[in-house]
Amino acid sequence: MRDGERDVLNSVLDEFRRGDPATFNDAFETLFRLHQRTVYGWVLRIVRNPAAAEDLTVETFWRIYRTHARFDPSRGFEAWARTIATHAAYDWLRTKRPEAELLMDVAASPAGDPAISEEIRRKTTEAFARLAPKLRIAAVLAVVEELPHKEVAAALGISVAAVKVRVFRALRLLRKDLQERGITA
Amino acid sequence: MNAHDEDRMKQLLKQAIRPAGDAEPEGDLWPAMLQRLDAQPAAPPWFDWALACGLAVFAVIFPAAIPVFLYYL
Repeated sequence: MRDGERDVLNSVLDEFRRGDPATFNDAFETLFRLHQRTVYGWVLRIVRNPAAAEDLTVETFWRIYRTHARFDPSRGFEAWARTIATHAAYDWLRTKRPEAELLMDVAASPAGDPAISEEIRRKTTEAFARLAPKLRIAAVLAVVEELPHKEVAAALGISVAAVKVRVFRALRLLRKDLQERGITA
Repeated sequence: MNAHDEDRMKQLLKQAIRPAGDAEPEGDLWPAMLQRLDAQPAAPPWFDWALACGLAVFAVIFPAAIPVFLYYL
């Protein structure tokens, strides 16, 4: 980013944080247009449902709109938006039945390892959907999306150690669930 | 679960669930955002109300603290 662009963005962020009625709406629209794709992509990684990800992107920006005064410029807008988006996605996952989720994954399983049958993939996806949302979010971001633990920790508002614990618990419970269904991984 | 089992489960999970990649929304979401803003006028979040209520209760229980509190504002 060039210095001029950086100055403009800092000015927009300042107007957004101050909430001055004369400039706030324009600043909010600028930030929305600048970050809607990033937020959508982040939410989609968690909920894995394109329609829900669109709704949750709007929900995220609605929460951002309401809590603009809490924005800390030193942390950066994107990281802040990601944290809010993660909470919105978590709230959504909590309200959904497991079988209603992960449509994207069942429909689009990769060819992958031929030793792993389609049935095992499907049962793994179903077992994953039965995990607690907190564990699912940590596992999908850290294992499936292969994001750094530090980034996942920042989005979840927990420590890196806590992310590792959640991922381990998710994998352990997944294995147990699959074993109970006759699949030995 | 040992390290080998953990790696095996990670591989299985990666095989079952593909990364979302750089997916984008089908269109501009700003119109939906405008609808949302029009539908629900901004109201203070619940924790703002909780904080205000907490301060009010504190002021009732410890009225002598009010001047001290105002001094530090």
